[in-house]
Amino acid sequence: MKALLTSFISGVVFALGLGISGMTRPIKVIGFLDFFGNWDPSLALVMIGAICVYFVAYRYSRRMSAPMLAADFAVPPNRDPDTRLILGAAIFGAGWGLGGFCPGPAITSLASGATPVVVFVVAMAFGVYLHALTTHLGSLKTIAPAAVRPVTIDS
Amino acid sequence: MQNFTPLQSLIGGLLIGVSASAMLLLDGKVAGISGIFAGILRPVRGETLWKGCFLAGLVAGGLLLRLLLPQAFAFGLVRSPAALMAAGLLVGYGTRLGNGCTSGHGVCGVSRLSRRSIAATAVFLATGALTVFVINHLFGGSL
Repeated sequence: MKALLTSFISGVVFALGLGISGMTRPIKVIGFLDFFGNWDPSLALVMIGAICVYFVAYRYSRRMSAPMLAADFAVPPNRDPDTRLILGAAIFGAGWGLGGFCPGPAITSLASGATPVVVFVVAMAFGVYLHALTTHLGSLKTIAPAAVRPVTIDS
Repeated sequence: MQNFTPLQSLIGGLLIGVSASAMLLLDGKVAGISGIFAGILRPVRGETLWKGCFLAGLVAGGLLLRLLLPQAFAFGLVRSPAALMAAGLLVGYGTRLGNGCTSGHGVCGVSRLSRRSIAATAVFLATGALTVFVINHLFGGSL
């Protein structure tokens, strides 16, 4: 129960951080990504501020045997980048530059009730399902050839 | 540089860091919003409730902003519904294929010095900048 309350309050604080920093304004995001135009470096400070705090918190967590309200840490291991990761990040970046929204600010902005936000978030959900579907079909394809392989009869 | 808001952006960033840190130290979870969103769309037993609470918190925070700081939702861009749909699709699909977005890779992963997250962050910043370059400087800023 306490862990769920933490999740809710963290969500509220995260949203306030996004709103105060300017991340919920697509024009601000585009200004940050426009390195060759009228560049607005503000959002670099969002990342720097967030990373400074989380860097310390992560170091501290390494000395804890378990989180305060849960049985264990669900932190991914440090592995090497692969093609899927790079391709996925590239596609995400293109969408971010096109719409000016990444997932957090888009979901927070649902509170505004503005149509462009709703359109973006619904499309984002379709994107998630499209990925699930293509992954599912991909796994079928790897099974199918074995299933339909012709039987050769030795003479 | 006339739109530079260093103080607000730094304060906002610190709040994001505090929120993500609380998720880690108290709940042991990574505050990666694309993964949390996808977790609600494709529920897994035992992983759905906390994700739902976090997303509800985001929207509740959004409602607070609507009251206290309505200018936080100034859209400011010229984008057709088709462009917004394409953008949402790319963000939804790309963050699943790449396992994260600005929060999970850009903040949490980079802070952990994760090689995957540092690579992902460099790539999405680069393709984001490239897309904006094409739209702003070749298409005149609207699409």
